[in-house]
Amino acid sequence: MSIDTETARRVAKLARIAVDDADLPVLASELNGILNFMEQLNEVDVEGVEPMTSVTPMRLKRREDVVTDGSQQEAVLANAPDAREGFFAVPKVVE
Amino acid sequence: MLDLTYDAPKPKIIAGAKQDWELVIGLEVHAQVATNAKLFSGASTLFGAEPNSNVAFVDAGMPGMLPVINEECVAQAVRTGLGLKADINLYSAFDRKNYFYPDLPPGYQISQLYHPIVGEGEVLVDMAPGIARVVRIERIHLEQDAGKSIHDMDPTMSFVDLNRTGVALMEIVSRPDIRGPEEAAAYVSKLRQIMRYLGTCDGNMQNGNLRADVNVSICQPGAYERYQETQDFSHLGTRCEIKNMNSLRFIQQAIDVEAKRQIAIVEGGGEVVQETRLYDPDKGETRSMRSKEEAHDYRYFPDPDLLPLEIEQSWVDDIASGLPELPDEKRLRFMEEFGLSEYDASVLTADVANAAYFEEVAQAGDGKLAANWVINELFGRLKKDDDKDITDSPVSPGQLRDIIALITKGDISGKIAKDLFEIVYTEGGNPAEIVDARGMRQVTDTGAIEAAVDEIIAANPAQVEKAKANPKLAGWFVGQVMKATGGKANPKAVNEIVAKKLGS
Repeated sequence: MSIDTETARRVAKLARIAVDDADLPVLASELNGILNFMEQLNEVDVEGVEPMTSVTPMRLKRREDVVTDGSQQEAVLANAPDAREGFFAVPKVVE
Repeated sequence: MLDLTYDAPKPKIIAGAKQDWELVIGLEVHAQVATNAKLFSGASTLFGAEPNSNVAFVDAGMPGMLPVINEECVAQAVRTGLGLKADINLYSAFDRKNYFYPDLPPGYQISQLYHPIVGEGEVLVDMAPGIARVVRIERIHLEQDAGKSIHDMDPTMSFVDLNRTGVALMEIVSRPDIRGPEEAAAYVSKLRQIMRYLGTCDGNMQNGNLRADVNVSICQPGAYERYQETQDFSHLGTRCEIKNMNSLRFIQQAIDVEAKRQIAIVEGGGEVVQETRLYDPDKGETRSMRSKEEAHDYRYFPDPDLLPLEIEQSWVDDIASGLPELPDEKRLRFMEEFGLSEYDASVLTADVANAAYFEEVAQAGDGKLAANWVINELFGRLKKDDDKDITDSPVSPGQLRDIIALITKGDISGKIAKDLFEIVYTEGGNPAEIVDARGMRQVTDTGAIEAAVDEIIAANPAQVEKAKANPKLAGWFVGQVMKATGGKANPKAVNEIVAKKLGS
């Protein structure tokens, strides 16, 4: 698999990262480098090996179904560039 | 044990300009999991709170906050899976679905793409007595809900409320086994019924706690059967997905409208394009959601913040042993135990509260009579009373049971019982005491009835002559006697006595 400048442009757009056209070829080649490394890793035979999800044997931590958080409208909105009447206010997005 | 076999309903056929077409429908139902706290945070799930007050920092996507799973959400998903006779996966895992929208602060939704918690199951969707569709469930996975954007509070801004962000949803995915708009609505309402029995989702569609995405395609008659034989999707047409519907009526309308749109395209020589569409009930049309096209590249990957979710079989078994009686079993039991028709049993088991009320009334009595009273009198009266819920019924099951007992003992007639019911409904009180206090007891004393009959006969000599010539007119006398006794005379006794007196 190889990434051309068009794919790089698309990936950047999906990630909402603004990239100048001039920088796209470099970006594409860096992404290709990463993918090539992964392809190399793919050559290792891992047949029958369970994927490692944690370095130490751990069970997913659970919480009880109790309300322990919230009621902090002011704190939640504190960093918002614009908030009105308890809502975040953002440039209009409508379907 | 009563064994019910069902015939599959006929697929809906839509006539195009050139030929007949059939529908193939699959649904993704999003059901809000009934819990106190959210899927990965300790914030409340309560509907209708002040905006952004039920929000933990992890819901708001604040840097460095980590999700911790609410075990009850997992239990509720397992319960739902068991209720749909589905396989429970002891190993499941969470993935990130990446997209940008203002009501999704982290930029991704935590969902389960590769390893859902529940696998294949099935639902019996009853359409009419003896007719039902078995709809296969493909999977159920747990995921987070998004927040709410409000677009009409300001001309240039959208307002975002994150109270719903992170609330647990179950996405229930069906196979394309549904063959018409009515079946689709019946399927959603059956899921709703089962989840309400289980207590895993309140099913409130108005609040958006139950919503559906509907996949619709059309095919030529015969093509669907080839798909069922081979499970090869190439026999079916290209599908379109209609997003986010929260009314059974709109689901039916949207399917109808969308099918007709696809038929017009295909018959016109065109091709249906697979896409996401939105139903506009005001215009009665579906239209493309172009913004969704690019967003379809969700770049899923396993969520590195969460270990796989591993549960024990013994825990699943514990949940299974605590499951309540489900609608299909209850309906069957009502038919066996109380001798009800499938229709009556369906009506009474539609809601778990109705079923519980009926069982209390029917206790140690005539089940069929109890069913008639609950369905016809009580439901009818509640409906007239501003569509009151059965849990708010002014007549308790005990009171209704007493009224029915008075009828079966012969103390009151069926007609008087209706008056008595109305008194108990509006004024309350002990039915037997009301009957005594207001002199409503049925007159079975033949002497008293005879006296009343004699009086009517004596007062109406002309009618008597006519009735002797034409026995059919005896009914008029019966009516007069009933009127004279305030409806309390035993109608059977009156009939006999009138016939005897006119005959002699």
